[in-house]
Amino acid sequence: MADESYPDALLYHPEHDWASVEGDTATFGITWFAQEQLGEVVFFDPPEVGSTVTANEFYAEVESVKAVSEVVAPLSGEIVEVNIALADAPEAINADPYGGGWMVKVKLSDPRESDSLLKCADYQSTLA
Amino acid sequence: MRVTQRTLRRTALFESHREAGAKLVSFAGWEMPIQYADGIRAEHLAVRRSAGIFDVSHMGEVELSGPGAEALLQHVYSNDVGRMAIGSAQYSVLCAEDGGVLDDLFTYRLGAERYLTITNAANHDADLAWLRSHAGDFHVEIADAQEDYAMIAVQGPVAREIVQSIADTPLPARMTAARDIVFGRDAIVCGTGYTGEDGVELLVDPQDAPALWEEIVRRGATPAGLAARDTLRLEACFHLYGNDLSADRGPIEAGLGWACKEDTGFIGADAVRAQREAGPQQRLVPFKLTGPGIPRPHNAVLGGGEVTSGTHSPCLGIGIGMAYLPAGRATVGEQFDIDVRGKTRTAVVAPKPLYDKETDG
Repeated sequence: MADESYPDALLYHPEHDWASVEGDTATFGITWFAQEQLGEVVFFDPPEVGSTVTANEFYAEVESVKAVSEVVAPLSGEIVEVNIALADAPEAINADPYGGGWMVKVKLSDPRESDSLLKCADYQSTLA
Repeated sequence: MRVTQRTLRRTALFESHREAGAKLVSFAGWEMPIQYADGIRAEHLAVRRSAGIFDVSHMGEVELSGPGAEALLQHVYSNDVGRMAIGSAQYSVLCAEDGGVLDDLFTYRLGAERYLTITNAANHDADLAWLRSHAGDFHVEIADAQEDYAMIAVQGPVAREIVQSIADTPLPARMTAARDIVFGRDAIVCGTGYTGEDGVELLVDPQDAPALWEEIVRRGATPAGLAARDTLRLEACFHLYGNDLSADRGPIEAGLGWACKEDTGFIGADAVRAQREAGPQQRLVPFKLTGPGIPRPHNAVLGGGEVTSGTHSPCLGIGIGMAYLPAGRATVGEQFDIDVRGKTRTAVVAPKPLYDKETDG
């Protein structure tokens, strides 16, 4: 399991999701805190490419041995890619939550939505 | 992701768990370790391949003693208590008049007129009240012994070797129990468990539990939490009350007819006999998924039936579980579909146990 970290370059949703925004597309995943709470991830059920996601609503399921958790979309848009590597190696969500554990790439419907997300320090203050 | 937690009763081993980096959760009114630092998979595999140690002190104990103890237990427990030799263990269910299962229980006969029953934590108070309400004319003393014992399970292929190395006398065989001195402390040692592996369960004074726990860990047992306990028991196809057993279902459909001896006339025997003779509408079966996904309790079986336990098998790397199926489909090899939160997942009825004892151990 990875050491606790919250990269400065990412934006955070208070439900423990991160977004890496580049222009009008963004990559989503869950934070170190989220994967630590969840425990060992054994299954990731991705949404379909082409489907739409809405900020603050669930878009995917991630399962540990014990629990199912729904993953909240930090921003709205259309799914353009899912991390198919997680089908065979969902443990990447634990081992590398900001890298190999990324979940989807989304073409944003309103890039200005990202103004509502938290900066690294503000997100970390919610964990205290 | 949303997470909720609350704080409740603590066992004598609470500090040991905290020091070991356990993740603590509320379970049946207790604050229990769900897993330790290395995670569920490592704990699970340690039990299959070597030895694990579990704090199961949340489980309840009821002591029954006196000349009428056997007769009371024969009256309320489904199994034939009259066949228990001193030092033996027996599995029973507690039935309501209509045959619904109120709890499943292990009972140890500790003396000629002395029995100790282990209850499920969530049912302990109700079981105790049930026993007392039926004690009427029997000459029996019923004592709530939950506070008197800590319970430690040591399970796995080398579990006995570890406990034997600190025990004064040879450990009791499987399905028997005996008093012994373990690491200098009085203990009731039981040759029972809930993992599918060999091992023992130790009942000790709560004050003695931390030192005993520490010594068994020092001798190589891996602390294992409730999550691994659940994946282990499900691979072994042992029932969990509240999931696979409930007051709405009888022991025959649950596959526990072997633990019911209707001729003893226990409470609910008539209903159990009627279901045995007529054949139940549904039967509980173990299953494996044939593709991706993880089945969970309450997932519906398409065409009728319901998943009662489901998880990801650390040994097999696939979704496994137990489900009630229409009796006509409850045969090994039968394929069926499960609605897992809107997605159809295909499963196949599998023989017990679900893991391969030879290659997964």
